[in-house]
Amino acid sequence: MAVIPITLQVNGQLRQASVPPSTLLVDFLRGGPGTGLSLNGTHIGCDTAQCGACTVLVDGAATKSCNLLAVQANGSAVTTIEGLTQSDGSLHPMQQAFGKHHGLQCGYCTPGMVMRGVAMAAEGVPAEPEAVRSALSGNLCRCTGYFGIVDAVCEGLQRMRERPLA
Amino acid sequence: MNPFEYRRPTNVAQAVAWLRDDPDAKLLAGGQSLLAAMKLRFAAPSLLIDLQDLPELTALEEQSGRLWIGAMCSHARVASSSLVQLLAPMLARLAHGIGDQQVRNRGTVGGSISNADPAACWPAGLIALQATICTDRRDIPADDFFGGLFTTALEPDEIVRGVRFPAAQQACYIKFEQPASRFALTGVALAKTATGVRVAVTGLGYGICRWEAAEHALSARFSPEALQGLQLDEALASGDIHATATYRVHLAAVLTRRVVQQILRPSTLGTATTTASTS
Repeated sequence: MAVIPITLQVNGQLRQASVPPSTLLVDFLRGGPGTGLSLNGTHIGCDTAQCGACTVLVDGAATKSCNLLAVQANGSAVTTIEGLTQSDGSLHPMQQAFGKHHGLQCGYCTPGMVMRGVAMAAEGVPAEPEAVRSALSGNLCRCTGYFGIVDAVCEGLQRMRERPLA
Repeated sequence: MNPFEYRRPTNVAQAVAWLRDDPDAKLLAGGQSLLAAMKLRFAAPSLLIDLQDLPELTALEEQSGRLWIGAMCSHARVASSSLVQLLAPMLARLAHGIGDQQVRNRGTVGGSISNADPAACWPAGLIALQATICTDRRDIPADDFFGGLFTTALEPDEIVRGVRFPAAQQACYIKFEQPASRFALTGVALAKTATGVRVAVTGLGYGICRWEAAEHALSARFSPEALQGLQLDEALASGDIHATATYRVHLAAVLTRRVVQQILRPSTLGTATTTASTS
């Protein structure tokens, strides 16, 4: 089958590539042939849109990138975990909160958890454990038991709201 | 996934023409069910027609007192819409209970009803509220639209433009979630309409159905006690690894009582979703 030319903004940079229609967004980001990308921070967990490890922002909305074709995202702006790093090289407040609260153990689910947490700020999710747990229902962690993650997302949300990023 | 072609039409007529030209073509809305089916080779379309560039399918508005939800509106958009809250609050809660936020951000109303998953939430809402499904060529009452397991009245080249709902304040949907998929293990939508009470049950296994005995009982007396002794015919339900048919019809009766209670005393019950872990 023919390849299709696509243009995406990935972490603020325009990227052009030609991909077969069956290429998933997550494979495109992680560096499928011809993409020129190697953003391996976005993880593939279940590949069935259940675990949320592949969560990225597509036009600001949290999206499971294993359940979206790269061609569907043509013309969109995509933010991955790599795109959260601040211009001075420091970690995003949500990432810092995960470190502080031990919101990870093996780390496999973490990029998806962090991206989901960042998206909650725009959705108006309150920085309260019950609301955060409900909003995290699409992200699974098999190590931590979630307590540290929920604490981290609550603090990350608070800090994002106190000091919105430029 | 098997290889396929991909195109984005810029108007509905073009999408219909492509669909007509290729019997193995499929429409792609949010893709939250279709892509999973393609990965498993349950579906292997030759062409995906992506509807995301069709502004005529994305309206969410009031049309002379009725709520119009365009086919390409995402569940997340419906869930957070103040207009939906105002005209048919049950639908906002129904939409908010689907999948998770990531799935709700991509999955669409039109995709869900065209797919007609037997455990989907939207068909229950459409049947209870007596919605009308509007396609590129006709209007179909919800009662005539759903035909059973993944089956609708749509012709092979027909496209859902949107759904029209009468305003309804006295309506409620509660599902008992299958905790992994968050689909309804069983779900009940109930609405008090001008012509009587309507009860729609999803998740039984063979597709959406109405529970007419409960409708008659509740139309005569709107109280949980009116349902005493009533049970859905077990032949309407199927059993699988998640639940037996007996359990599903039992849930249907329990949930119907709960939706009646919630409509009678809305402040006493906070959530529209019952999860397996809390019940």
